[in-house]
Amino acid sequence: MFGISAPALLAQLLVGLINGSFYALLSLGLAVIFGLLNVINFAHGALFMMGAFVAYFLLNLAGVGYWGALVLAPIVVGAFGVLLERTMLRRIANLDHLYGLLLTFGLALIIQGVFQNYFGSSGLPYAIPAELQGARNLGFMFLPNYRAWVVVFSIAVCFATWFAIEKTQLGALLRAATENPALVRAFGVNVPRMITLTYGFGVGLAGLAGVLAAPINQVRPLMGADLIIVVFAVVVIGGMGSILGSILTGFALGVVEGLTKYFYPEASNTVVFVIMALVLMIKPAGLFGRTA
Amino acid sequence: MAETLLLDVKGLEAWYGESRILHGVDFDVRKGEVVTLLGRNGAGKTTTLKSIMGMVAKRVGSTRYDGVETIGLSSDRIARLGVAICPEERGVFASLDVRENLMLPPKILPGGLELDAILDLFPNLRERMTSQGTKLSGGEQQMLAIARILRTGAKLLMLDEPTEGLAPVIIEQIGLTIEKLKRAGFTILLVEQNFRFASTVADRYFVMEHGKVIDAFANADLSANMDKLHAYLGV
Repeated sequence: MFGISAPALLAQLLVGLINGSFYALLSLGLAVIFGLLNVINFAHGALFMMGAFVAYFLLNLAGVGYWGALVLAPIVVGAFGVLLERTMLRRIANLDHLYGLLLTFGLALIIQGVFQNYFGSSGLPYAIPAELQGARNLGFMFLPNYRAWVVVFSIAVCFATWFAIEKTQLGALLRAATENPALVRAFGVNVPRMITLTYGFGVGLAGLAGVLAAPINQVRPLMGADLIIVVFAVVVIGGMGSILGSILTGFALGVVEGLTKYFYPEASNTVVFVIMALVLMIKPAGLFGRTA
Repeated sequence: MAETLLLDVKGLEAWYGESRILHGVDFDVRKGEVVTLLGRNGAGKTTTLKSIMGMVAKRVGSTRYDGVETIGLSSDRIARLGVAICPEERGVFASLDVRENLMLPPKILPGGLELDAILDLFPNLRERMTSQGTKLSGGEQQMLAIARILRTGAKLLMLDEPTEGLAPVIIEQIGLTIEKLKRAGFTILLVEQNFRFASTVADRYFVMEHGKVIDAFANADLSANMDKLHAYLGV
């Protein structure tokens, strides 16, 4: 009845899955950070952008290509996160989490401002690595190799993170410290160090997403600012602090956006926020959230 | 005296925010003893345990564990010296299953019990290993909270009201467990309101009131002190 065209629909679904990959990687990092630090990390978008810029610098200043950047950029961004936690976030750890939100929001604006000052607002090119150029013909559509890679790799990273948190001894420590940090510390665990490394890991995931995005979106100082608003809506919908919830909601909302682009394009930019408003009214803790 | 002190608390003062809870607590625990802190609600017993564990930020005075001054140490450092706590609210983690709860505290010193020996002490837990921690009954959660600090090699176990809210048959089981732990060489500092339970396991008592230790006696002198004790505890 809508005159469905399969190739166009599948193309939008793919776009949705790609966006969903970024939503999932970013909201996963936010969920991990919120769980242990009780900080709604507004700097996440800026650190995502930093990941892309680190990849750009690595290529243009050091000759390190995409694959090297995929490893190094998350480490650099993670190390920057460790520095932020040690020097700033730790100082307000005992205050209401509104303060963490305000501080990280300020940090986001500062980081973005610095990059805008040097690089303006236009995009810098970052090429798709040679191995992933081109597309394959699936019969019903052309699938660009790089986009397929982003989806597969994101799913793998999300799964590995979920596994590490839910199924390993280290993850059990993280979950326990999320519930009752004082008691875990009284068992002899250096919880402050764990908090620092967790923040580093969470923002490292943002840095990784930034590298993945560089060949798709170009490298722009505001690339994170555009994305992070949607990601926060995703987090609200999924429920703060749920690992699996943030992953599933990320991919699902990407797909919902893609479908909306096909069936009713006018709503594609707002559908996530409409769902957010509905979820807030019906289940304020989020679809996967525990009611506090 | 042949026994050596494992824990020596002198002039311990502690605050929660602006309110001062402890006003100079003095007592000691010898190696291998079971010592019980008695006192009414709000006397400062729990705060005393938490201060020894380093879980109260603002504290002064002296808490020496095995000769080491711990008043300025963080709780993870104190834990690594061989002190472990089983908190009043039990602190079983809801997002961990029983096995994960049991295996959570890292080994800090050699000489902890093996998992099998722990499950022999608490056979109920053996069948519940994959249950979510907080799905256990109150008694099972209490056993889990005690069980998980036996693996770590900690020598001083601080148990905060382990019998609170539990059925008599389970209280009896916990009493037997404390006996066994004592025989295994653990030193135990117990906080109790239920002194009938305490009298089955304790070697010595310290009575707390208004953030101070106001009396002390050995288990052998319990009956001679019964009237005083009733007055202290208001029972």
